[in-house]
Amino acid sequence: MTAPAEAPLLEARGLARSFGALRVLRGVDLAVRAGEMLAVAGPNGAGKTTLLRLLAGLMRPTEGEVRVMGRRLTRSEPEARRGIGLLSHQTFLYDDLTPQENLTFVARLYGLRDPAAAARDALEEVGLTHRAHDPVRQLSRGLLQRAAIARALLHQPTVLLLDEPFTGLDAPSAARFRELLAAQLARGRALVLVTHHLAEAWELAGRVAVLVGGRWALEEARPARLADFLPRYEALVHG
Amino acid sequence: MGEAIRLALAVAAKDIRLELRSRTALLSAVVFAALVLVVFNFARDPTAISAMDLAPSVLWVTFAFGAVVALNRAFTVERENAALDGMLLAPLPRSALYLGKLLANLAFVFVVEAVTLPLFVLFFNVSLGHALPGILGVTVLATIGFVAVGTIFSAMVVRTRFAELMLPVLLLPFMVPPLVGAVQCTARLLAGRPLSEMLGWLRLLTLYDIVFVTLCTLAFPAVVDE
Repeated sequence: MTAPAEAPLLEARGLARSFGALRVLRGVDLAVRAGEMLAVAGPNGAGKTTLLRLLAGLMRPTEGEVRVMGRRLTRSEPEARRGIGLLSHQTFLYDDLTPQENLTFVARLYGLRDPAAAARDALEEVGLTHRAHDPVRQLSRGLLQRAAIARALLHQPTVLLLDEPFTGLDAPSAARFRELLAAQLARGRALVLVTHHLAEAWELAGRVAVLVGGRWALEEARPARLADFLPRYEALVHG
Repeated sequence: MGEAIRLALAVAAKDIRLELRSRTALLSAVVFAALVLVVFNFARDPTAISAMDLAPSVLWVTFAFGAVVALNRAFTVERENAALDGMLLAPLPRSALYLGKLLANLAFVFVVEAVTLPLFVLFFNVSLGHALPGILGVTVLATIGFVAVGTIFSAMVVRTRFAELMLPVLLLPFMVPPLVGAVQCTARLLAGRPLSEMLGWLRLLTLYDIVFVTLCTLAFPAVVDE
């Protein structure tokens, strides 16, 4: 199941997606290797969420393909699906179940050996043990986001896709989450982070890309200083 | 196959746990079914048509309406926080997801029917007696058929507007064959007729179950995956 060291863990070629006549994404290529994070920025409506849904296999591309650990991401390829974790705008949690119950169910879907223990460990990792047995509907926005993070990391995915992951987190939680992402990178995971706020994870990103009008406007190694990059970003988005 | 069954049971257990926690759909379906029986009971003219003649139709119309209310919840629970997307992300065979949903829906509809049946006996003063095992068997056969179809339609309409309205519109025409079969069998059972008089209808119910459970399992991936 391990891919060759140099091979990208996540790869997309010629990715395009249309909704009727509307072309939301076109000609997107990307490759993210083990221990690397690609930060994707762009204005509203640039196609960032569509890109993540395509990479997660929740949406079929109109053209192109996605490969996870060298395997084409299709409905009939469970190993490729098993390798993906997605933290979305939505939490994917059932309001009437507790975080522990939600995560135990997810662990069963992924065939983890001890679902209840896996759920407990994941909740502990995000500091939610004290609210593990409260219904999800009683959690605050920040605690919900932590539960969603635990859900995304539960099955130890090789590729982690993050859509505005810092939303709702207070400063200490955001710092803790940055440490968690750094630990994921150290473990050789590949990360794609979509954000409006590049500052939140600038230091962790190995490469940075800007999506404008459904196309890559830029994709390069991360510059040392965000301040140097922002004027170019503004020019690409507004110019 | 064993893995698919394990996953289907996990999905069904989750749905049952959710329903036990909220009790919304089950309670609504039971109350609705009881109200339908009450309406039928007071609306009929006992001098024009006997309770025994009307009873099989009333029983199955009540079961059908109660089932539609219960089936409406099947995928609406997956709408909150895009939970369905969360399941579709997992390496979960879509057939296992369908079977899990089918099992949970069968459990809900059987509960509705189990509560409705004694109320039906009470309102229509029908003595089930020797007919009870047969009626239970027919109920299981007919329910599997229309719940199998209802489960896939519930998934189909969940992303549409007015899903609660769309489900009965789509489902009721498909409920006609099992309902006709079940009414015919129930009438004969209550009249104490021999089994040989209902074999044709029992074959229809069995065939309907086999055909629609198979078709729906095969078609389900095309419904839930984009």
